[in-house]
Amino acid sequence: MAYAAGVDVGSTQTKAVVVDEAGLIVARCLTETGANVTRAADAAFTEALASGGLREEEVEYVIGTGYGRYNVTFGNAQVTEISCHGRGAVRMFPDTRTVVDMGGQDTKAIRVSPSGEIIDFCMNDKCAAGTGRFLGAASSALDIPLDRLGPTALEGQRPVKISTTCTVFAESEILSWLGKGKKIEDILLGVHQSIAARAAGLLRRVGVEEQVTFTGGVAKNSAMIRTLGDRLGVRLNVSDESHYMGAFGAALFALDHVLTSRLPAAARGGRS
Amino acid sequence: MTATAEEGLVGRGNREGARLFKEWFAELTRAAEEGRGAAYVFVMGSLAELLRTFDLPVVFPEINSLQTAVRHQAHEYLNEAEDYGYSPDICGYVKADVATQLRGGQLPMGRIPKPAIAVYTNACNTYIKWAEIWERMYGCPTVTLDVPGSRAAGLRPGPGDPDFEHDRRYVLAQLHELIPVLEDVTDRRFDEDRLRETLAHANTMSRGWKRVLDLNRSRPALFNALTDGTIYLGVSNCLRGTPEGARYFDELVEEMEHKSASGIGTLTDERYRLLFVGVPCYPIFRRFAELFTEWGGAFVGSTYLWFASGGAHSAHQYDLDRPLESLAEGLLLGVRDAMDSMFFQTDALLQMFDQYQADGIVYHPIKSCRTVSTGLADSRRDLMSRADVPSLFIESDMMDRRVVSEAQLKNRIDAFFEGLASRRAGSAMTSA
Repeated sequence: MAYAAGVDVGSTQTKAVVVDEAGLIVARCLTETGANVTRAADAAFTEALASGGLREEEVEYVIGTGYGRYNVTFGNAQVTEISCHGRGAVRMFPDTRTVVDMGGQDTKAIRVSPSGEIIDFCMNDKCAAGTGRFLGAASSALDIPLDRLGPTALEGQRPVKISTTCTVFAESEILSWLGKGKKIEDILLGVHQSIAARAAGLLRRVGVEEQVTFTGGVAKNSAMIRTLGDRLGVRLNVSDESHYMGAFGAALFALDHVLTSRLPAAARGGRS
Repeated sequence: MTATAEEGLVGRGNREGARLFKEWFAELTRAAEEGRGAAYVFVMGSLAELLRTFDLPVVFPEINSLQTAVRHQAHEYLNEAEDYGYSPDICGYVKADVATQLRGGQLPMGRIPKPAIAVYTNACNTYIKWAEIWERMYGCPTVTLDVPGSRAAGLRPGPGDPDFEHDRRYVLAQLHELIPVLEDVTDRRFDEDRLRETLAHANTMSRGWKRVLDLNRSRPALFNALTDGTIYLGVSNCLRGTPEGARYFDELVEEMEHKSASGIGTLTDERYRLLFVGVPCYPIFRRFAELFTEWGGAFVGSTYLWFASGGAHSAHQYDLDRPLESLAEGLLLGVRDAMDSMFFQTDALLQMFDQYQADGIVYHPIKSCRTVSTGLADSRRDLMSRADVPSLFIESDMMDRRVVSEAQLKNRIDAFFEGLASRRAGSAMTSA
């Protein structure tokens, strides 16, 4: 049995996934990226191998993705996370036509063809509003752990209006709502709605076509799933592996290489 | 052709372009040192052909400003202008020029003379407000030529059409008003024969410019429209109407015809042919192009080489028997084309996409310039609704490195090429 791997070095977290020849995930790992990007990539890959009881030499091809993709020094090639999220989402949900990936500093809207080819994409520019970092600011201002933000927000009944588009100023706006006596759950629901509005804007720029698959770390947040789905008026596909979707897509591209390299030269068509 | 002759021919346009630019700037510096005043003009409708007949040095503030960015000094100029009170949101070209004036005309390339007059059109509304700054600073006359657009209801009237002829008379009347002002500023009489000479040189340059642009349909592309093309464009603007400019374009055509016949491309391994829409990213000018060439992507054409050439790309030929009337017609066509081409861009791009056998189109709106950037999202949407053409939309600036993020640009550009590769692989499989 041969294996292939993808390592997604994001701005906040680094993810590694190993797939078998059928493209099924057999090992995974998630670690904080921190200041040493190369070490984070190495650690994520090593720990993923350990979690699956695999040896490094069993993995025939590794693809790096994410902003730190060129820091995956043991990788054989690099592919952008835009292509990887598109590929992973279509594999998980074959009817996917639109992907929204929400990570630490990036939100991406990606439109894909039935074969997973990227038709168009759009990302937030120059500012982290509408990304996971906005939730980080809320978590810090309200002193609530990230994994409690979603459940707390879902208890909100009368969401406040978050008007700032600046992540830095979001914290002070949240504090001002607290000062006015607003409930934490209402403030948090407002924060989620604000992010959903920004993400929906990006999605509309590429055109929202169903089915829509939500990937990235923020896809674990139940309130984000609901507010974004409500905003778009669609039900979002969310996988348990959503956090790993970039690394999974990279691993699938790596698997392509492994399987293609086994074909006779004539069948490969001479195209690299 | 001998190997040595070929060596001299290939790349001559870039070398000569750099030499002419340097000489042109040295002449401006001399004029500044001698206290001579200049005509300040803009690339869209410069009227350099007329101004040169009065022996006025011609200063292009847009070109001066972009040169500060290419030379990685724009931020110093922008900071000075912002310290002086200009908002970060104002056009970077304007701010770099304001700082240049505050520095007594000093630029990395030399020194520019003060304006004796500013002559410009309404092709960009910032031109008008920009000239007002010089008027306030120096009290120099400023002349706005009101050039009518003709984009109403999709109409594009040409010579002979009553609407066009009416507009031409309107522009001609303004030239008749401009000439006495120029005579007053320079203390010279208008010389129609000299105008015929400059128009003849401009005719040669425009013919050459169009021929050069057309020759880039060759496979592989002969020059990179984003980098090399900008050098040729600089000569087209700065030396318009001069014998040096005319000779340059004759020689450039010779170089490109040789490269085309010999199959010499700008890239040794051309994999993708691209069209560029917008203004270059001057703060990282070379690096920006490399982000594409690293993937084997060559820019075969660029709308910048149309609208920023003041209409020279259309090879309009002045009629030397009726020079002023013909100049009015050329100004009307050139400026109107620069303005209107943004509204008929999809037609032109689709045509170019086929003619140049392009693989994709790159839209590059910039923060600084609303005039060229505002409609680009609509233009792209229109294009995508009419044809299955891969396109990329990336934003940065032509001056301000604070809004140029190389990492973000690279990520988007890499993804665009991954899409092109996957599309090509898909169509290869389908046709197999």
